[in-house]
Amino acid sequence: MPAKAILSGVHFMNGDEAIAEGAIAAGCRFFAAYPITPQSEIAERLAWRLPQIGGVFIQMEDEIAAIAAVLGASWGGMKAMTATSGPGFSLMMENLGLGVMTETPCVIVDVQRAAPSTGLPTLVGQGDMMQARWGSHGHYEIIALCPASPQEAFDLTVKAFALSERFRVPVLIMTDEVVGHMYERVEIPPEVPVAPRRKPRVPPEQFLPFQPDPDLVPPMACAGEGYRIHVTGLTHDERGYPDMSPEAHDRLVRRLVDKIRLFPQEYTFYEEVQLEDAEIAVVSYGISARVSLGGVELARRAGIRAGLFRLITAWPFPEEAVFRLAQRVKGIVVVEINLGQMSREVERAVRGRVPVHGVYHAGGRIHTPEEVFQGIEEVYRQCR
Amino acid sequence: MPVKVEKAQPELVPDVHHPLEKWLRTDRLPHIWCSGCGLGTALSAFLYALEELGWDPDSVAVVSGIGCAGRVAGYLRLDTYHTTHGRPVPFATGLKLAKPDLHVIVFSGDGDLFAIGGNHFIHAARRNLDIAVICVNNFNYGMTGGQLGPTTPVGGRTTTSPYGNFEHPFNLVHLAASAGATYVARCTTLDGRRLQKTLVEALSHKGFTFVEILAPCPTNYGRRNRLGEGLDELRYYREQMVIRHGADPKEADIVPGKPFLVGKFVDIQKPTYLELYQAKLREIGGG
Repeated sequence: MPAKAILSGVHFMNGDEAIAEGAIAAGCRFFAAYPITPQSEIAERLAWRLPQIGGVFIQMEDEIAAIAAVLGASWGGMKAMTATSGPGFSLMMENLGLGVMTETPCVIVDVQRAAPSTGLPTLVGQGDMMQARWGSHGHYEIIALCPASPQEAFDLTVKAFALSERFRVPVLIMTDEVVGHMYERVEIPPEVPVAPRRKPRVPPEQFLPFQPDPDLVPPMACAGEGYRIHVTGLTHDERGYPDMSPEAHDRLVRRLVDKIRLFPQEYTFYEEVQLEDAEIAVVSYGISARVSLGGVELARRAGIRAGLFRLITAWPFPEEAVFRLAQRVKGIVVVEINLGQMSREVERAVRGRVPVHGVYHAGGRIHTPEEVFQGIEEVYRQCR
Repeated sequence: MPVKVEKAQPELVPDVHHPLEKWLRTDRLPHIWCSGCGLGTALSAFLYALEELGWDPDSVAVVSGIGCAGRVAGYLRLDTYHTTHGRPVPFATGLKLAKPDLHVIVFSGDGDLFAIGGNHFIHAARRNLDIAVICVNNFNYGMTGGQLGPTTPVGGRTTTSPYGNFEHPFNLVHLAASAGATYVARCTTLDGRRLQKTLVEALSHKGFTFVEILAPCPTNYGRRNRLGEGLDELRYYREQMVIRHGADPKEADIVPGKPFLVGKFVDIQKPTYLELYQAKLREIGGG
């Protein structure tokens, strides 16, 4: 019996495997990567699964090559993905910029581990969050999603492919070692819609490859489709031709940013738990958000009305939602496995309305609910 | 009828077209290359080769990296990709695997392909990926002002080897052959017809093919090494080059003032990456 592309039904799988299956369900048929812990289960799953369904798995010589191949495959008309962890994510930054500049849809997964450098290769971290935002050179906008469970890893991978086609931008899945290796129930639906690629609607002689539609995203002509277009990482005009003027540069970079920034309702996802009556809000993401739920419960038991604001979209940061949150609560606790990255964004978004307290750990383990509770208590005392 | 030329115009003689125009984005001309540079010759030999092969232009994609040779892609009226420095080969890998019917050709320079991109080159050759890599070797980084490259000969003066290079350079044809390329040749821009013939053969070869084109860079490398004008470098090629097909690539070192080998070094058949992949799919009943 031929293998199925979508493994509809209920499974017991880890977050890494769920990402692999989410990619396949979303129509991804090209995966290139370089081995790295704790991403291995994604690559191993796809090395096994993609050939069954006629897709391409290739293990490249390094992460630079992996993302370059993904960009090439996307221009070849395929939905493509790569996956890595911190050290490889650093190597991908150069071509992440090429993907942004050439408006190439693709998905990049970072299963975060404790860093800097080789750090704790097998243990959890969330220290790449700012690199996800600003890691490549120059000014750009990017979309990054943070799953907190294997089920969400599946769902957000599907979503990531749809967003990458919608906005013609690389979409990042910023997960972590614990979500990646955690086994849970994953339900794969009977059908998963495959996001279409926006194709040219005029014949080649009339087509301007970087002339955007009214929503600032241009249709994409892939290789071999008869459009014979030039694609360059240089600053370019609507024809795709290099234009070395500051005016052309400003116009292009603003469009690349605005095409995403102007449509927050399409990619801004967050979850609110017990925030209706909350005095203290915990803001967190990924595995840290799950631990934070335990901290919220301890606080509630101790008579502190706490709640959780879980970031599902890390970038672009949901500024308005966090600002509104700050108008409802007396204090905010940010829980993350780094020494304060998303907390800077939270501080910026609350505009000094309420105290923001970080519960940080450099990596290697997840927080305990007690640590989160202590953070809640501390802010609670401050704002009484 | 006298032709009045006031400024550069796309059509100097009305209704008369160069036979290669259909391959070019003529609205992007004139090109950025210096006078005496070998890239123009390399490009026209490449286009004559495409013409001779008679391929549908929609079946050809050209991928370049960064540098003077990296600008080739931008002048071609094909699907062209001007990627990042050193990365045209892995980009081409993804493109070829996603669209196996495309003829995927990498056109780039020695620094791009063999310094920053060296690792990618050897692995694509090892896999025998069915792409062609054309390297215009001008012995230095021309675009950035003439720095030391991985092919700069011993003694070569560049802006970053002002006292003369003391590093051992790569012998590119030996490197390509060792890494597994199934077609390896070296030409110079002295002989456009021989270059065209080589490119026709290379482009129609199945598997990973590599053509090194030695080219003058009078503005940067030539000037600092007192090699004269571009034409003087071509004279040097005529005097020193030895055409020997089937020679051992190990003997193809380029040493200033000494004879050097050109010709076809490797021309073998070996299953390509895609053939092996397809065979594996059949074996497991996938696809």
